[in-house]
Amino acid sequence: MDYVKLINCMRCGMCLPTCPTYKETFLETASPRGRVALVRKIQEGELDQSERLLEYLSLCLDCQACATACPCGVNAGELVAEFTCERKAGNRMGFMEEMVLRKLLPHPDRLETAMIPMRLYQRMGLQKLVRTLGVLKMFPKPIGRMEGLLPDLPEKPLRRVIKEDMPARGETRGTVGFFLGCVMSLIFSDASHASINLLTALGYRVITPKNQVCCGAPNMLAGDKAGLKTAARKNVDIFSNLDVDFIVTDCGGCGAELKKYGHYLEDASSISFSNKVRDISQVLAMHADALKLLLKPLLLKVTFHDACHIAHSQGIRREPRDLIKLVPGLTYRELENADACCGSGGTYNIEKPEMADLILHRKLGTIRATGADVVVTGNPGCMLQLKKGLMDYLPQVEILHLTELLARSMDA
Amino acid sequence: MNPLFIKELQAIVGEPYTLSDRESLAVYGYDATPELENRPGAVLLPGTADEIVRIMQLCHGAGVSVTPRGSGTNLSGGSISDSSGVVVQTSRLNRIIEVDEENLTATVEPGVITSALHRAVEARGLFYPPDPGSMNISTMGGNVAENSGGLRGLKYGVTANYVMGLETVLADGSLLRSGGKVVKDVAGYCLNPLLVSSEGTLGFFTGIIVKLIPKPQVKTTMLVHFSKMRQAALTVSAIIAAKIIPATLEFLDKVTIKCIEDYAHVGLPLDVDAVLLIEVDGHPVVVAEEAAGVETICRKHGCSFFQTAKDADEALKLAAARRIALSALARLKPTTILEDATVPRSCIATMLEVIQDAAKKHNVTIGTFGHAGDGNLHPTCLTDERDKDEISRAHKAFDEIFDAAISMGGTITGEHGVGLAKKKYLPRLVGESGIRVMRGIKHAFDPKGILNPGKIF
Ligand SMILES: Cc1cc2nc3c(=O)[nH]c(=O)nc-3n(C[C@H](O)[C@H](O)[C@H](O)COP(=O)(O)OP(=O)(O)OC[C@H]3O[C@@H](n4cnc5c(N)ncnc54)[C@H](O)[C@@H]3O)c2cc1C
Ligand code: SF4
Ligand code: SF4
Repeated sequence: MDYVKLINCMRCGMCLPTCPTYKETFLETASPRGRVALVRKIQEGELDQSERLLEYLSLCLDCQACATACPCGVNAGELVAEFTCERKAGNRMGFMEEMVLRKLLPHPDRLETAMIPMRLYQRMGLQKLVRTLGVLKMFPKPIGRMEGLLPDLPEKPLRRVIKEDMPARGETRGTVGFFLGCVMSLIFSDASHASINLLTALGYRVITPKNQVCCGAPNMLAGDKAGLKTAARKNVDIFSNLDVDFIVTDCGGCGAELKKYGHYLEDASSISFSNKVRDISQVLAMHADALKLLLKPLLLKVTFHDACHIAHSQGIRREPRDLIKLVPGLTYRELENADACCGSGGTYNIEKPEMADLILHRKLGTIRATGADVVVTGNPGCMLQLKKGLMDYLPQVEILHLTELLARSMDA
Repeated sequence: MNPLFIKELQAIVGEPYTLSDRESLAVYGYDATPELENRPGAVLLPGTADEIVRIMQLCHGAGVSVTPRGSGTNLSGGSISDSSGVVVQTSRLNRIIEVDEENLTATVEPGVITSALHRAVEARGLFYPPDPGSMNISTMGGNVAENSGGLRGLKYGVTANYVMGLETVLADGSLLRSGGKVVKDVAGYCLNPLLVSSEGTLGFFTGIIVKLIPKPQVKTTMLVHFSKMRQAALTVSAIIAAKIIPATLEFLDKVTIKCIEDYAHVGLPLDVDAVLLIEVDGHPVVVAEEAAGVETICRKHGCSFFQTAKDADEALKLAAARRIALSALARLKPTTILEDATVPRSCIATMLEVIQDAAKKHNVTIGTFGHAGDGNLHPTCLTDERDKDEISRAHKAFDEIFDAAISMGGTITGEHGVGLAKKKYLPRLVGESGIRVMRGIKHAFDPKGILNPGKIF
């Protein structure tokens, strides 16, 4: 780990009010400033890697709200993730981790045929479930367990049914490669379907290579840098062979990871790959005028939740809002603290259900205050988390991916 | 810390809110002050004022020191405890008890975040002006204890100008109520001004009543460039001499401008030597008149560029450079030493020259920005704590800057407080008699010396 990145923190505290876990606990150990200090003190030998210290660090969601707020360019979430990754890299993988990371994620066919792959992924989190942490004694037991997190799965994952090459409709504007996120393909295939439809309707030929593999984000979380690099290499090679203008994804988490390939692999092809990666909202927003002509009225009250991996990691905030507002008849309501994490954080909601629930409930409160019928977002992790929360507490509110909303308006 | 004593503390605030593990103590050893750190003996997060009373009683009896802490953003080491002391963080006492529209007051608990109070009162067309750069995280207790200023200080004053009443727990746990909602009060010594800026050394605030004013109707934002720093400094003095009191009159120097441009490309030309951000607010007719006056003065002093924001969006854009000044500077080097030497406004030009000379003489990079209208500049030294030689040169440069400020009739700190960081400079400013009187006051409030010991003098 780069020591300078740690001492760049000037302890100003500007990140504290944006950190979901600080907001719930007011504890310095659960704040970005405190996390940077803890990692720094380990590096300096002042603290050792005690169980307790690791538990404090594990409370970070890696939502990167702190990075957006930091005047010094410090990214506490990333530093904690990097530290955890480096530490875990020395450890042997657990059975479940090995199974998911090495045997399933790199092989989409197996992933899809594995009994209920997402349950496995969830269990990987459950395995690590620890609830001894003093911090959490402050709070009541989890309000609703996250067991029911998994919504109904589509009959077939999108990767199985999608045509590898979809021609543009109307005049051809260009060609894009489509990156299929695992969770999008396996669980939210309707949304990715909608994404591809919107792209072709706007004149893009869409190529979705079937041999592409998981973006590698789960490997990073588990400290499996080698697995991450293998995945990155494979994806870069596949897409580099195609002549595409952009590589588009409708998964915020994948997008953030794909944009880092250049940094991980440091060669010309991966840097060029990363430079071409776009969140779907970025590409659609480029053609707002054309898109507007395709949209029909939807009489809905809609609000928008910024996914951490889109707003904080990729700095994209304006485009999705502009796109939602294109839909005729729709009333847009801005969400208070729209870019505050929903508590999903990968497998966080399974590993730290108490904290995740508190964060989710704060989010649900702001959603209720907007009076919206629909919450739109751009990341499958948030969709899972919010879907569960809404089902239990605000069943009248629907959650949609941005492209689902737009496609619905197009098909209305 | 003695485990039995910790048990007694736990009995007051509850186990989850009593921290004594190594890791927690390690991260409560610092605040936003560079180079200062010391682990406390325990950290408490009480949930009620009554718990604070009981903590004080217990610690007073045991002779254990107590250091109040808001969000730990002060820049003078004010919330750093001694090794055997207890840090008491107020974040959970964060209720806005009342906004009284008839008396134009707000009553808050000490852990209320400054900007949360802004939002609450502005929703009712009212205004609480003090807006420190840290307002999104600083607490009202911290603001009162440091007498914090902000960007609107020139016209609206600082925290002290708004504190009307305080509920303070004294060192022995007894309660002191001073002031209240009355606008006039001459019953005995005026205690509020003593308690404001007491840096946690005289008492623990558990309730704060502040004055509110009506929200100004309109605001005009102007951005002005100068190719010579002196022109900008003279413009500041000329505006005030013309009896115009802008709400904001902020300054950026060349080093800061270059950092901002490198970092954010906001379109500041690099041949510009100084930038002023000026805001006038109030009644529309007066605002228009004052804005015109400001423009005339700026042009007369040879500004190279003058822009008035057409709407709120543009105002935000014009203010962007000032807003990101600290970020832009802080990114350049790992360690940022932000000072707040303050001089009478008429001396701004001379002070800026002193800062530049000191930086050159000691070969350190200092960017200066700040509240020029208040004579309160933030010379900010960009350095690296690992480079001991550079750090010691930075301190030498600041020594000269503070001496110069004192000789101009200024002060060593305009808003950050003395704490630990400026202790050694205070006698130079207030002299032996000043220190003696302050010690006497401390003794009257806290004879055992258990409240935030070791700070100020
Ligand atoms: C980026 C940045 C920008 C800043 N900008 C400004 C600025 O523009 N203007 C300005 O004036 N300051 C500024 N500051 C300094 C700092 O934010 C202020 O001093 C602020 O008031 C501190 O509030 P806090 O809640 O963090 O208090 P802390 O730092 O926790 O405590 C400050 C002092 O107050 C005492 N204290 C806290 N609560 C209580 C209480 N309830 N009763 C008694 N004593 C108490 C503490 O013991 C300590 O001595 C800035 C700091 C940073 C990091
Ligand atoms: S991480 Fe950034 S914002 Fe947070 S305390 Fe450190 S420097 Fe300040
Ligand atoms: S990444 Fe999120 S949870 Fe982690 S420190 Fe930053 S703001 Fe807090």
